[in-house]
Amino acid sequence: MSEQAISRRDALRWGLAGAAGLWLADRLAGPGRASTPTPAKAKSVIQIWAWGGPSHLDTFDPKPEAGNDYAGPLKAIPTNVDGVRICELMPLLAKQADKFSIIRSMTHGINSHETAAYMVQTARPQGGRDVYPSVGAVVSLFKGYGAGYKGLIPPYIVLTEPQGRFSEAGFLGSRYKPFATGGDPAQSRFAVEGVVAPGISDARQQARRELLHKLNRLDHAMKGDAQLAALAESEDQAYDLILGDAGKVFDLSQEKPELRERYGRTTFGQSCLVARRLVERGVPYVTINYKGWDTHKQNFQTLRRKLPEMDKGMATLLEDLASRGLLDTTILWWSGEFGRTPRVQWEAPWNGGRGHWGRVFSAVVAGGGFKGGRVVGASTDKGEEVKDRPVYPVDLISSMYELLGIDPEARLPHPLGETALATPRAADGVTMGGRLKEIM
Amino acid sequence: MATSLASALLLTAILAGAETSAASTFESAAEFRPQGKIDELVFARLKQLGIQPAHLCSDEVFVRRAYLDVIGTLPTAQEALQFLQDRDPNKRRALIDRLLERKEFADYWAMKWSDLLRVKAEFPINLWPNAAQAYHHWIRASIQQNKPYDRFVREMLTSSGSNFRVPAVNFYRAMQSREPSGIARTVALTFMGVRAEKWPRERLAGMAAFFSQIGYKPTAEWKEEIIYFDREKAAAQWAAGPPVMVFPDGVKANVPAGKDPRAVFADWLLDAKNPWFAKNIVNRVWSWLLGRGVIHEPDDIRPDNPPVNPELLAYLEQELVASRYDLKHLFRLILNSSTYQLSSIPRDKRPEAAANFAHYPVRRLEAEVLIDAICQVTGTSEKYSSAIPEPFTFIPEGQRSIALEDGSISSSFLELFGRPPRDTGMESERNNRITAAQRLHLLNSSHIQRKIEQGPHLQRLAQSRRGNPREILVELYLTILSRRPTPDELMTLAEYADSTRDPRAVFVDLAWALINSAEFLYRH
Repeated sequence: MSEQAISRRDALRWGLAGAAGLWLADRLAGPGRASTPTPAKAKSVIQIWAWGGPSHLDTFDPKPEAGNDYAGPLKAIPTNVDGVRICELMPLLAKQADKFSIIRSMTHGINSHETAAYMVQTARPQGGRDVYPSVGAVVSLFKGYGAGYKGLIPPYIVLTEPQGRFSEAGFLGSRYKPFATGGDPAQSRFAVEGVVAPGISDARQQARRELLHKLNRLDHAMKGDAQLAALAESEDQAYDLILGDAGKVFDLSQEKPELRERYGRTTFGQSCLVARRLVERGVPYVTINYKGWDTHKQNFQTLRRKLPEMDKGMATLLEDLASRGLLDTTILWWSGEFGRTPRVQWEAPWNGGRGHWGRVFSAVVAGGGFKGGRVVGASTDKGEEVKDRPVYPVDLISSMYELLGIDPEARLPHPLGETALATPRAADGVTMGGRLKEIM
Repeated sequence: MATSLASALLLTAILAGAETSAASTFESAAEFRPQGKIDELVFARLKQLGIQPAHLCSDEVFVRRAYLDVIGTLPTAQEALQFLQDRDPNKRRALIDRLLERKEFADYWAMKWSDLLRVKAEFPINLWPNAAQAYHHWIRASIQQNKPYDRFVREMLTSSGSNFRVPAVNFYRAMQSREPSGIARTVALTFMGVRAEKWPRERLAGMAAFFSQIGYKPTAEWKEEIIYFDREKAAAQWAAGPPVMVFPDGVKANVPAGKDPRAVFADWLLDAKNPWFAKNIVNRVWSWLLGRGVIHEPDDIRPDNPPVNPELLAYLEQELVASRYDLKHLFRLILNSSTYQLSSIPRDKRPEAAANFAHYPVRRLEAEVLIDAICQVTGTSEKYSSAIPEPFTFIPEGQRSIALEDGSISSSFLELFGRPPRDTGMESERNNRITAAQRLHLLNSSHIQRKIEQGPHLQRLAQSRRGNPREILVELYLTILSRRPTPDELMTLAEYADSTRDPRAVFVDLAWALINSAEFLYRH
């Protein structure tokens, strides 16, 4: 790739500024002007979003002493860190426990998926006129094209489906929305929507593109129109992914089969591998949207199926990142929107299910400046309340921003020019427990 | 077969003679004539600025533009051909009249209003499905009946009752803030085109007072809510003396005890002399049809953001008021003007030319219009879903996306292509700028590829026995681009057909190229 090609691409922006883009360009209070409190330790984030709300008692905060009505049939096992136990269905993660820290005192008190998901990913309660951007959109604002990111791969990727329940970019607009890959990395060819079209050879891609150029009559008649120039730019970028090298990041056949096995040949496992490949190429934010944790019914049967899959993918990801020296600069963040009812609902129709529980739940962080092998906070004996060191979503999110070199109080560009900060302040009436200094 | 297709095309191309220039497809040879007062005012201003306007657009461009702009729907090949073959000199006027009566007119403009009024079942508006449906039906019916605009607004501002039975009350529910000042800001934005955030605090407080006596109460019915004039709240305010309510023009209102202040506010707003009410709507309608307001942005009316052509705006206001707020009259007036019917190919590329409507602005089709158009030309349909599993949110096959009732009913295509989230009601929420992710999707996604390869409409066309290759291609062009192919386009196709062995691939690639052309993707 020639230097010149790179600088041309440089000038091309992935998500060309939106309708709101004009004011964005003018008012971007972001990258340039935001003060950077500390030099960034982390360059990228991999967010494993356990959508649905995984049971804290059955994952990273086991309570075997609370009895069967709370702990259920699953046992706790020791990890490679003294005194830290996790669920027996995660033996591989138990061997990597020195690399991650568990926050056992996450809390926000919200029990509905949507508002809790919004809270955990924006640090804000629902309400007011604004819909705030999620962490991924904020990171792509401050670490993306406006801040010198040069990749053709968009700076905010979701594997494989977007969450879609609320606009992930909030008032920042569609420029900061994630690129959802679609497809399934566990298939023999990961058909990233738009990048890989099964059944169309490169030669035919080439030929039909030429045909399009010849037939593009309006474009010929309107040389110099800004709208159509933007269309042409977007086409160049698209073909750099379709036919150029940039799209190869999604080609898992470049990885050794043995490593692919270790991640697990599941959508989740292979998504973890793709995530590693993405951060290796400098993509600042990758979300693995991992569904299926809303275990109202048959919680334990579901977890017996899901946790080994998660264990394999997540543990191998930690190991792989560490062995490549990427863990120092990559934050791994595992969390759902809340935990689950500590007391098991044995009766029909739940048959051993657990409901929503926002009063206390667990999150896991690793890498990028977060210490490993620690436990932050604690829940009560039955996992019902925070026992000490409450950690609110704002504490976790602002800690990540700090490690990323993003000022947690940086101004976000707001469509009406109002003051909107990356995270809320105590002065805004938001309860906080403080940043996670103990593990940073 | 590929070769025979190629030679047949080559022959027609040669027989058809000289190559036409790209511009001549889009421009009309007809002499420009002002059609009325709009043109006089626009062209006087252009002359004053020394700007040469574009030529009038061709019939091919007009038929496509009128369908897309008036009903958000592509003309079928049949409809396009009929119009092109029509020899009536008044056929443009007649087409406009027909389109204004189509049911898609109500669908499309109900979509627009639902954006501005934030018709959405869930987060962060939380109307809930039944109420979103009721509200949308009311909006759509109002448009279909061509309800006078002032009545439409009065019903929203002053209605009381259940959100299910008196749908207009949902106006007060479809906002993120129900605080009086939040309501006032929404009213100012929606009906005055004003961003009250920029006002001095006292002015907003004066207006907010009109909305400080609204009551919201639940009923035994799941998610039903009654919106009403809350006499207890009013009495509590009166106990501390007559509440101070001030109109945005600074005049203090006289609201007698026991009177719903919303009605007093509506009387002020809907007065023919109100400086914002008519101005806001005529400016919006103008911007919807011409891509840009006389005041730009259309929802940012303020003294330091003057209209580019004040006489034009004043004229449109007069017309609206004189027609008793007949919005179709306003549409008709604008659509029949030569200004609206200019080509998109500029003869003056300076920004002032665009700002003064010297040519029609090229704009990407909205997400909903685009996917409906792709579905129409391929003969396919889309799946839409809502996160709220209510009976109202199960969508039948073949649903057109401009007719979706509820902003929470969506698809990944609509999200990707910038459908507004309906959070704030601002015009800028709709984002029609192309992104690389969108381009990838159109060029290379399995979603679009499948429609082109397997779409029954295109398959029928490709296999139609009656037609020779040329007729098939003419039909394909009419279907996708609403015009016939030019001789040089036929020549290009012949060369392409010649270079490949797979006739099926030729047809697919051709349809793919047309669907991916700027001419298909953009209003022009």
